[in-house]
Amino acid sequence: MSVAPVVSEETGALGANRFGYQKFALGSFSFERDEYFAHIAWSHGTHTMDVGDFLRALMRDVAWGFFYGYVHFDSVFGTCNHYGTVDVFAGTYNSNYKRAGVDELQNHPTDRVGATFVAMIEDWTNEGFDPFAAPMETGSPYGPNRGSNLEAVRRARSTATRCVGLDGDAPLRTDGSGYPVNRAFADVDQSEPEVHAEPGFEDRVHAFNLFAYLSRSDVTWNPSFTSVVKHSFMCPTTEEHILPIVHGNDRVEWFFQLSDEIHWDISTRDTAEPRSRVIMKPGDMAAMPADCRHQGFAPKRAMLLVWENGSPKIVDEISSGQAPVNPVDF
Amino acid sequence: MESYTTQFGSLKSYQKGGVQVIADRVENYAFSNVFEICSSARPYERVVFGLNQIYVLEAVRAEGHSPWFLCAHDEFVLCMDGAARIDLVEVDVPRLPEDKLGAVSLPNPPEGTPMGWIRIQRGHQALLPSQCAYRFDSATPSVLVIQTCKGDLSVERWAEICQRTGAAEEAEGGR
Repeated sequence: MSVAPVVSEETGALGANRFGYQKFALGSFSFERDEYFAHIAWSHGTHTMDVGDFLRALMRDVAWGFFYGYVHFDSVFGTCNHYGTVDVFAGTYNSNYKRAGVDELQNHPTDRVGATFVAMIEDWTNEGFDPFAAPMETGSPYGPNRGSNLEAVRRARSTATRCVGLDGDAPLRTDGSGYPVNRAFADVDQSEPEVHAEPGFEDRVHAFNLFAYLSRSDVTWNPSFTSVVKHSFMCPTTEEHILPIVHGNDRVEWFFQLSDEIHWDISTRDTAEPRSRVIMKPGDMAAMPADCRHQGFAPKRAMLLVWENGSPKIVDEISSGQAPVNPVDF
Repeated sequence: MESYTTQFGSLKSYQKGGVQVIADRVENYAFSNVFEICSSARPYERVVFGLNQIYVLEAVRAEGHSPWFLCAHDEFVLCMDGAARIDLVEVDVPRLPEDKLGAVSLPNPPEGTPMGWIRIQRGHQALLPSQCAYRFDSATPSVLVIQTCKGDLSVERWAEICQRTGAAEEAEGGR
């Protein structure tokens, strides 16, 4: 006689399979992993992803709190952030899935999706595999369940409220705080600015070495906040190999290439038809329109300044047509 | 172990990438290069090369003394090439209205209390605190990027600084 699985109401965990991994349910979606693959099923479709690719995408979705707009794990599965609720979809932004009627989109409270995704990344990530790391810097995601890597998957994103290094704000990265210089940035100057504050002005006369800070990042494709002007957020990040998700915008964002080189594939946001390629070299600046999706490729670890507008009104302004999808008209 | 060389740009040596259009308008990307902009900009002209509603990133060629600037909100400056000294003064007057966006230049040196000074070079970022006057000084042409709001001094000339044709312009520049 079969016994119905006990479902965790908080995470949707259904119990472990024969490989030692928990199965999960989220609405009509179910998630299961084996030694090589993540398997996603819904009421009228199924989908399979390489589990390493799935975990790298899942890690960004979890760490970014579902980010701005759309996080496509691949051409089929992903999430869309409505800032309080999250769409979980399969095939919704894939024209053939839509045409065939085998797509699925479900909206859930953010906390509900977050609980399932956090439990999944913690259970499915094996000891020795870090989904935030560049492929050359970590072990294999494959095989049966063998421990965990909670220290890696529970990293908190560094988010300054005014500026990195100010008292009470996000701290600088140092050897002592566990952030050695990355192998790819061993030649980056680590000198600090000369700061000469008169007595009483120490908290307002402030500078730091942003490039040194970035050279010590232990993650890839994970923007942090380093300086904030109202809702203007400097979100620099270090990029190596492939952005593990395809990001669909719900607002304009800008990329300023600080070092090295990144190639971007740009597609239409809702149907993934190719629009452009953007090749970025040091000093290059490019807007990513609000109606595009994009994925980056970094042959060598590179420093990228992602510049975001975090205004709580901007999504409605763009979706209602009050604000343009392109930032500049000339 | 593999050794790497990190590539940065400079006024003396930079390479531009570019937009390769498939089915698009190249202008949608407002693609430019900060070193190219600053190679032809006037000293301390604040050329907008990133715009997102009220917010801007300004490219600034630092060379010699700048005017004194003042802003009602925080700004930040990132040095991309060369070096600059920043002097800061807590002003007695004038204070700007809290809702004034962007920097203004002061016709005369500010009256107030010296707060100190900072010397930044490539990769360094400094806070330009709200309602505090500041001035840059750079002995050699340098490149600064200012995170601020669009204001009276922001200069927009997108058609001049941005890529206009759909094939990537793999330009090189510098002297």
